[in-house]
Amino acid sequence: MKKIQILGTGCPKCKKLTENAESAAKELGVAYEVEKVTDINEIMKFGVMMTPALAVDGQVKSVGKVISPDEIKKMLL
Amino acid sequence: MDFKSEWKKLFVIAAVFLACFYLPVGSSRFDNAVGESLHLVKWYAREHALLCLVPAFFIAGAISVFVSRASVMKYLGAGANKILAYGVASVSGTVLAVCSCTVLPLFAGIYKMGAGLGPATAFLYSGPAINVLAIILTARILGLELGIARAVGAVLFSVIIGLAMHIIYRKEESQKAQSQMAMPEPLVQRPLWKNALYFASMVGILVFANWARSGDVRAVFLCCPGGLTAYQIEGTLVSRTDAGLKILDTSGKTHEIPAGLVEQVQDVKKNSLYEVIYQFRLFLVILLLTAFAVMVFRWFDRHEIAEWFAATWGFAKQILPLLLAGVLASGFLLGRPDPAHEGVIPVKWINAAVGGNSIWANLFAAVAGAFMYFATLTEVPILQGLLGAGMGKGPALALLLAGPALSLPSMLVLRSVMGTQKTVVFVCLVIVMATISGMIFGAVWG
Repeated sequence: MKKIQILGTGCPKCKKLTENAESAAKELGVAYEVEKVTDINEIMKFGVMMTPALAVDGQVKSVGKVISPDEIKKMLL
Repeated sequence: MDFKSEWKKLFVIAAVFLACFYLPVGSSRFDNAVGESLHLVKWYAREHALLCLVPAFFIAGAISVFVSRASVMKYLGAGANKILAYGVASVSGTVLAVCSCTVLPLFAGIYKMGAGLGPATAFLYSGPAINVLAIILTARILGLELGIARAVGAVLFSVIIGLAMHIIYRKEESQKAQSQMAMPEPLVQRPLWKNALYFASMVGILVFANWARSGDVRAVFLCCPGGLTAYQIEGTLVSRTDAGLKILDTSGKTHEIPAGLVEQVQDVKKNSLYEVIYQFRLFLVILLLTAFAVMVFRWFDRHEIAEWFAATWGFAKQILPLLLAGVLASGFLLGRPDPAHEGVIPVKWINAAVGGNSIWANLFAAVAGAFMYFATLTEVPILQGLLGAGMGKGPALALLLAGPALSLPSMLVLRSVMGTQKTVVFVCLVIVMATISGMIFGAVWG
């Protein structure tokens, strides 16, 4: 079970990143759950200051940009 | 029907219905204001969109992709030199926060994980004023003086505010979050001189493409009947009769000023260098564009160029709708920026509230700015409308400094990050500093 966390205060870019992450996980066929972290203090606990960011199993993988489903796939493997 | 979840929508529909029901179409003030707002949008589209906004977006996109934020953040980290941290925090908004929308998370990060409260508040105050898009748009639309004053005022006073916050709360060293700062790495490291040339040529294109010729005369006139604020236009005299003046200003707009309001008309000495540059501006722009294109194709690979375009496009998508809404609202409320055109709000009121350079005018502007929410960059058209309607230059700067740095929504986020008391102190400091900078600027330049 992969835990995908999207960090962001609710901007359009965060939504786009969420979609990309979901489609990446579906294509890979892995079990996953997506959690949106929107509270700024929670986001800080990850050490992230540029949103949107993506964390897999608690590890920050990408910061400050929307990455494509292909890039996310590599992070999920 | 689930009334609990649907009542909001019902409320909205009822409000929209009532607004339509009582829509004051036909009242001359309302119809006029709608016209003004469309005129203003047209003027922005013609004067500012292509030459100013498009290059500005490309520059912002380039900064966000090619400049290493991690290398700036190391001066704002937990182990950073404290004195250096204030200096870096006060100017780093240019690089870190390419638009004012990204300031809050960075502030929280510097406060919780990095150099602490002082540098974080310094960054929070100056960031929205000195990001590239804000500087370019302010200088272009509100004039170079106000653009520079905004940047300089923000940087100087951010250090003072940061130090004040640090001194007030020096006893309580906040619990540092034990997390590493995660920053995006730029795609490829390039030698500094290549980056410098690349950015310099882009800024050069922006500057020369917008080069305005200097005028022949400068008319000084009072803004409106009984107005407190003098208003200046520099340009070429088209006609002068008993009824009034007609002046073609340096950006190509014609102004008609009723004779009763004209205070004086001065001759302006033409600056010859200025004129020469104006004549060769197209040549300069083409030269720079060519050099720029060569640099991009020699030094950057396709992937990087694609990233850069994507970032630029992202900014354009995010900011253009906000700016359009801001311009429409400004035109509707305040009319075109010259005294003959009024929006919904009577010019008299604006004059009474923020005309001249009294302490009350400055304070009022600072307080209003602190609580009002300005979506990214919309402070510029709104300020332009206010200035045109008779706002003094001092209060304008006060509003520019307090406005984007704070708003009611951002205060709520700040409160969740640093607590109620610190937020209140910060808000008061911002209001006081903005008022003071406004008064100084108004006394010197007003």
